[in-house]
Amino acid sequence: MTAVLRAEGLGKRYRRRWALSDCTLKIPAGHVTGLVGPNGAGKTTLLSLAVGLLAPTAGTIEVCGGRPAADAAQLAKVGFVAQDTPTYPGLSIADHLRLGARTNPRWDDAVARSRVERLGLDPAQKAGRLSGGQRAQLALTLGLAKRPELLILDEPVASLDPLARREFLQVLMEAVAEHEVSVLLSSHVVSDLERVCDHLVVLVDSQVRVEGDVESLLESHLRLTGPRREPATLPAGQHVVSASHTDRQSTLVVRTDAPVLDPSWTVGRLGLEDLVLAYMEGTRAVAPGPVMEVLR
Amino acid sequence: MIEFSLDGRSGVSPYLQVVQQVRQALRLGLLREGDQLPTVKDVVARLAINPNTVLKAYRELEREGLVAARPGIGTFVTRTLTDASLAAHEPLRRDLRRWLAKARLAGLDEESIDALFTSTFRDAQREIA
Repeated sequence: MTAVLRAEGLGKRYRRRWALSDCTLKIPAGHVTGLVGPNGAGKTTLLSLAVGLLAPTAGTIEVCGGRPAADAAQLAKVGFVAQDTPTYPGLSIADHLRLGARTNPRWDDAVARSRVERLGLDPAQKAGRLSGGQRAQLALTLGLAKRPELLILDEPVASLDPLARREFLQVLMEAVAEHEVSVLLSSHVVSDLERVCDHLVVLVDSQVRVEGDVESLLESHLRLTGPRREPATLPAGQHVVSASHTDRQSTLVVRTDAPVLDPSWTVGRLGLEDLVLAYMEGTRAVAPGPVMEVLR
Repeated sequence: MIEFSLDGRSGVSPYLQVVQQVRQALRLGLLREGDQLPTVKDVVARLAINPNTVLKAYRELEREGLVAARPGIGTFVTRTLTDASLAAHEPLRRDLRRWLAKARLAGLDEESIDALFTSTFRDAQREIA
């Protein structure tokens, strides 16, 4: 497996607080990886480290085989759309494309122009007059026309309405199908990522809780409901992710590679959102953590 | 040509939903031998889903011998599922109706019937496996 991002014991400290600690990760190339976690979990810090906007306090990070922002060649390999998809309000769309063409060695002008045309945008229009959805699309267009190996997006759809959100993800997925670009995007709304990601990293309290291929994560996690029982009495292959009990009943989320044979359990599967929430609840049992926002 | 749709609340993974929708279309005769499946790019653009999901679903269908990929052109149906089993549907449906009537007579409501069916179905599956 070629890795598009490799982190080893990576950490970042702001004064006394660790925004990210002991992060060891290997994100495979050719995938769309979702980075999820509550606000303040360290998502933006991890992405800023990957782009090279921040330098690590501890450990190492390697992106597309090089140190983030090490030189011009490295900068050309990684595209970045920051939170709230910033553009230059005083510059026109055409100005943005010219700027992109001058500053990016692998700039694909045909891609940029055809995307602006398909979006139905007037190239002479100032970016400051665009709607939130249009601005996001412009930022995405710049990121894609740069033709990076890895495109990093920080909460790209958080501020968009449902339609703009869907359109944004459609364009992104089409680009993945067409150009085989690897994508790493963060969100605190899991339902946004369910369709688009095939790899997932869950970050809670500045640490990686779980990471892996979405399909195999969904296959290996089960919800068990049955008569009250202590999690410690489960077979060795079943790892408890989260547990809740009433006086008679226990509900567990377990990670296991083998089928659950115990007939006293009612066994159910989990959606991605429930799986992520289970990992966050699991940590809340130890210390109260931030709550994940759930949007429907 | 068929169009896919995704149910986000079904608990069935998107990849499996695509596979099931193709199988269903084959069973219902909506897709026949020689028909083309939507291209990966079309599906992706319509549903805003990961291309790998579509590729995986098409590979699974290929493994089952239902479709074949012609490089550079697309994916085509090679076999239908409207086979001999279709004839058996009607008598089976009659049996099921009779059983449902019996269950209602015994005082089971819809949810109890559903629960009984699901648990029996699961047990039977386990015995086969």
